[in-house]
Amino acid sequence: MAAPSRSVEVPVEVKDLRKSFGGHKVLDGISLRVPHGETLAVLGRSGTGKSVLLKLLVGLQTADAGSIRIAGEEIAGLNRARAGEVKSLNEIRKKTGYLFQQAALYDSLTVEQNVDFPLSRHSDLSESDRREKVRGLLSGVGMDPSDFDKMPSEISGGMQKRVGLARALALDPQILLLDEPTAGLDPITAAGIGSLITDLKKKRGITSLVVTHDVRGAEAFADCVVLLDEGRIVADGTFDELQRSTGPFVRQFLTGNGRSHGPRKKED
Amino acid sequence: MRGSLPVFAAAAAPPGRVKENPFVSVIEWFGEIGVFCARLFRIVLAPPWEFRELIRQCDEIGSKSLPLVALAGAATGVVLSLQTRDSLIHFGAKSLLPAVIFYSVIKESGPVITGLVVSGRVGAGIGAELGSMRVTDQIDAMEASAVEPMRFLVATRVAACILMLPLLTICADFCAIMMGWVAEAAVEPISLRHFLENGTQGVGFSDFIPPTLKTLVYGLIIGVVACFQGMRVRGGTEGVGRAATSSVVLSSLFVILADVILVRLILVFWS
Repeated sequence: MAAPSRSVEVPVEVKDLRKSFGGHKVLDGISLRVPHGETLAVLGRSGTGKSVLLKLLVGLQTADAGSIRIAGEEIAGLNRARAGEVKSLNEIRKKTGYLFQQAALYDSLTVEQNVDFPLSRHSDLSESDRREKVRGLLSGVGMDPSDFDKMPSEISGGMQKRVGLARALALDPQILLLDEPTAGLDPITAAGIGSLITDLKKKRGITSLVVTHDVRGAEAFADCVVLLDEGRIVADGTFDELQRSTGPFVRQFLTGNGRSHGPRKKED
Repeated sequence: MRGSLPVFAAAAAPPGRVKENPFVSVIEWFGEIGVFCARLFRIVLAPPWEFRELIRQCDEIGSKSLPLVALAGAATGVVLSLQTRDSLIHFGAKSLLPAVIFYSVIKESGPVITGLVVSGRVGAGIGAELGSMRVTDQIDAMEASAVEPMRFLVATRVAACILMLPLLTICADFCAIMMGWVAEAAVEPISLRHFLENGTQGVGFSDFIPPTLKTLVYGLIIGVVACFQGMRVRGGTEGVGRAATSSVVLSSLFVILADVILVRLILVFWS
C-alpha cells in the first residue's frame, strides 16, 4: 500500500477551538495536537462535541474562534461558501480520510463504486488501475469479493463501516478521522475494526484521530487519549496515565460506574 | 405548525422550531434560495462538469418521466376532443376541432401539464433523495471527499430538468394530438392525414416554439426548488418527508406563476 505523499511533524494541531450552536457552547476552548503517525482517541459522553470537532477539522462546519492546522495548513478561517477558499479546503480534504459514524455510503452506488468515487474524481489512474486499487482496498479491510457489487443496503452495518474505511483510504490520506468506528457493532466486529486501525498505523504511518465511546477499543489502538466533557478537555495523556487518574469523572468514565456528572476543570 | 405559509419553512426546521412569523419565513426563504442560485450559477460556469452524472440524471428525470407525461398528454387530448366537440357543433364550427386541439395543446395544455406532472414526480423525488442524503451524512461525506455537492448533485439535476422539460413537452403534445384524433375518429370517422392537415392550418411553427421553450424555465424552477428544499433538510426522516412535500407544492406553485408571466411576455415580445 502506498505511503502518504508528504509528512508534517504535527499533522493535526488545534488551538483554543470554540464552536456554539445558538447559545449552546459545544466546544469551549479545545487544544490538542496529534504527532505524525500517532493515533489520538477522543473520548466523552454523547453530545460533548466529539463529532463536531471532527467536522471542524475538514471544514464541514466553521469554527467560531481558534486555530486548526491540518497537514500544516490553517483551515479555521476558510469559508465553504467562497469558491477560492473551497478550493483550498478541498486540497486539504484530499489529504484527509473521513469515516462517518453511520459510514454514510452513497446508497445509489455499489460497494465498489463507493470506494471508487473519490478516486474517479481526484486521481490520474486509468480505469483498470482504479479498479485494481479499489479491490485491493476492499480486500484490505476484509471485504469478500462477492460483496463488491452489492448495494450498501444489502450489507451489514459492520461491512458498511469497513467499506467506509476503504473509501476514506482511497486517496492515500496522511490523516484519518474516524467517527465512532466501532459504535453499534458486536464485540468481535468492533475488535476487527480496531485491528484494522492499528494495522493502518503500522503499515502506512497514518496519523489518526478517533472519536469513540469504546474505552476498551481506544486502549487497544490509541497512543494518546483526550477526554471531553461539556466542550472541554478534562483529561489527556496515555491510556495508562488516564487509568492512574484519581479524578472522579475520569474514573467514572473509564469504569462506567457512578452518577453522570462531570467536573468542568481539567483533572489529573 | 402555525402560520399561513408554513411550506416555506417546513423543510428547514424540525417541528416546534418553525419561525412563528410566516412572512419572515417567506422572506428568509427567498433570500436563501437567492444565495443558493448565485452559488449554483457560479459553480455551473466553471469546470469540471459532471457529464456522466448529467446523463444519468437526464435518464432519471427524462426517460423515467416519459410514460407519465405521455399518459397525461394523451388524457388531455381525449378530454379536449370530447369537451370541445359539442361546443363547436353548437356554433357550427365542427371542422375547427382539429385546429382547436392543436392550438390549445401546443400553446398551453401540453407545456403546463408537463410542468405540473414533472414537478410532482421529479420534485418529490429530488427533494426526498437529497433530503435523505443530507440526514444520512452522504452529502457531508461527498464534501469531505473534496467533491462539491452543489456541482455533483445540484447542478446536474437542475441542468437535466432544464434539458428534459422541452423534450417531454414535445412528447406530451404529440400524445395529446394523437389521442385527440383517436377520440374524434371514434365518434366520427376522420383520417389522420385529414385531421393533421386541418389542425396545422391554424397553427404555425412560431406558435409551437415559444410555449415549448418556456418549459426551460419550468425545468429551472423545478430543479432549483427541489434541490434547494432537499439540501436544507433538517430533522431526520420527518424532515425528508416535509422536503418532498414542499418541493412539489412550491415547484408546482412557481410553475403556475411563471406560466402567467411567461405567457404575457411571449404575447408582448413574440406576437
